[in-house]
Amino acid sequence: MNLGLGQLFWVVLQRDLMVAMRRWSDICNPVVFFVLVVSLFPLALSPRAEFLRALAPGVLWIAALLAALLSLNQLFRADIEDGTMEQMLTLPCPLSLVILAKTLAHWLVTGLPVVAVAPMLAITYHLPADAIGVLLLSLLVGTPTLSLLGSIGAALTAGLRQSGVLLALMVGPLMLPVLMLGARATDIALGGDDPTGPLYLLGALLALALSLAPPAAAMAIRISAD
Amino acid sequence: MLTGTGLTLWRGANCLFDQLSFAAAPGGALLIRGPNGSGKTTLLRVIAGLTQAEEGEVRWNGAAVLGRDESGRNIMAYCGHATALKPDLTTLENLRFFARLSGYPTGELAGLLATTGLTACAGLPARVLSAGQKRRAALARVLMSGAPLWLLDEPQTNLDAAGREFLARMLQEHLANSGTAVIVAHQPIDLGSAPTNVLQMGEAA
Repeated sequence: MNLGLGQLFWVVLQRDLMVAMRRWSDICNPVVFFVLVVSLFPLALSPRAEFLRALAPGVLWIAALLAALLSLNQLFRADIEDGTMEQMLTLPCPLSLVILAKTLAHWLVTGLPVVAVAPMLAITYHLPADAIGVLLLSLLVGTPTLSLLGSIGAALTAGLRQSGVLLALMVGPLMLPVLMLGARATDIALGGDDPTGPLYLLGALLALALSLAPPAAAMAIRISAD
Repeated sequence: MLTGTGLTLWRGANCLFDQLSFAAAPGGALLIRGPNGSGKTTLLRVIAGLTQAEEGEVRWNGAAVLGRDESGRNIMAYCGHATALKPDLTTLENLRFFARLSGYPTGELAGLLATTGLTACAGLPARVLSAGQKRRAALARVLMSGAPLWLLDEPQTNLDAAGREFLARMLQEHLANSGTAVIVAHQPIDLGSAPTNVLQMGEAA
């Protein structure tokens, strides 16, 4: 009768991915936004290679952070509006695990495509190969942290009608360390130094968010669903 | 045995209920009646643990904090106004998700769809279902839960005559198997010979 925890995680993850696959625009939005913002900078500023190279870590990371913020609003909203969250709340299953599964699905759909196209955009910014590797690694560790931190804000604001700006104001400051460490790691690699320090810190932030964000978001969802 | 004692809830300056108490034994039903806006849905949500009452408590077989039990089997099936169907998934996919969550054998879903009269729309996305069909899907989810306590919020809404009859039959069967049901209803439901308590909520503030 009772569902195993891994099974529960998998069932929720699978369902969310299936819903996302039926709505392609939701998947495309953040990555299109990311590509647009990143490709506008050389047009507005200067196409000089050394200038772009210095700009690349910051621009790519800022765009990735904004793309993550943009997509967060929808994380729990549909589930609260259509009553799915009520069902989750009345089922005898740990809510934080449900939230973790939903956040992972959300990252796979909105964060992973951004990480995937980042190297291509980095090439247009004349970034050397080893710096691209560090950028990729920092995004791979950093964007799940953004999704996890964002899940707390999304859970708190899911019951509000217009939450976009409020959500950005709330979780934006929490995301700043990720932005600074991610951009810094890439920048250090660009300068030819060893970027492991900021990368380790990024990993530590991911571990922290992974363990603390789901229970916090679960508590917030109970308030939002009331 | 479901008991509520001394439940009090305020919404702003409105007192929805004050020192409200009720009980429903296994095999018995509790009907919540009252005019629109008198707090029937809110009371059901309090029983489900979705809303916190300011005072009082709801107990199920002596254990407090219903619905927050993270171990053991499903205690309750909550069927609110929202049908919890994802518009982009088919009826079958929607129900399969809840079947897997509540441990209902997915092989028996086809039979369940037939019982609830949803076979024809099993492969249709839930967004094209009529309101009555969505309600039937929500009732199918209640049937899958295997929970001893059913919390139904105006379950007859949008149902046709055959649907209401089916609802009455499934409730009678549930009560006959010593299940418990709390039902918010405006229209009378034929619950057969099951003992029924009626809880009359106050006038709308």
